[in-house]
Amino acid sequence: MPLTDSLRDDILATVPSLRAFAISLSGNADRADDLVQETLLRALAHIDSFQPGSNLPAWLFTILRNLFRSDYRKRRREVEDADGSYAKTLKTQPAQSAHLEFEEFRVALDKLPQDQREALILVGASGFSYEDAASICGCAVGTIKSRVNRARSKLSALLYVDGAEDFGPDNTVRAVIGGGGS
Amino acid sequence: MNEKPPSNRAPAKGGLNSEIQSRIGHQLRAMYDDVVRQGVPDRFADLIRQLDSQDAASQIEATAKKDGRD
Repeated sequence: MPLTDSLRDDILATVPSLRAFAISLSGNADRADDLVQETLLRALAHIDSFQPGSNLPAWLFTILRNLFRSDYRKRRREVEDADGSYAKTLKTQPAQSAHLEFEEFRVALDKLPQDQREALILVGASGFSYEDAASICGCAVGTIKSRVNRARSKLSALLYVDGAEDFGPDNTVRAVIGGGGS
Repeated sequence: MNEKPPSNRAPAKGGLNSEIQSRIGHQLRAMYDDVVRQGVPDRFADLIRQLDSQDAASQIEATAKKDGRD
């Protein structure tokens, strides 16, 4: 459909949650805003392919997620040995602050495999249904449910049980890369 | 179902302690909503306004070249 005023307003209204999603995925505010910008440009360039009446946020999230995925693969090839760089950055920050628990949470979230992290965020924070999240990630509803459950279990183990499991960033990142994926 | 006292330990395996689950949900939303509350940065409002009167496809090329991406 053409870009009407109301469609443009709806796109703008989705920007705050697109940014939140992008930051949760990339762990980096600057990179997240670049992702959002690319998403908007791409969405507007392909606005004709948007079906009127369908779920606009889900459409925009799908574009952003796919951009992040292809960008992520590219970056991994460029910096093969920089394992878990974002997690490391966070870990080197001073620990004593009122935001300690918050920071710990971010670090734990970053340790999740990408598939699980995005599923958990889409369902648990963005407020998408399992069906919408499945369509955004291009997988089955049951797959999303199991990813969300595994994400919750791992976060729980990381945050509230000492040394319960061993899944360091190195292993999870390799698993994600090696798995190829959707 | 009995109410359990707050605990830092999750069950060894299987089902998640509901208190821990709700803490995880709360932290996840707090982190997310923190960004949502920042609203729409000018950069994006400007971008949309600017593109409104332009051909979006040619704009993508121009931006891609300008940014050079790192």
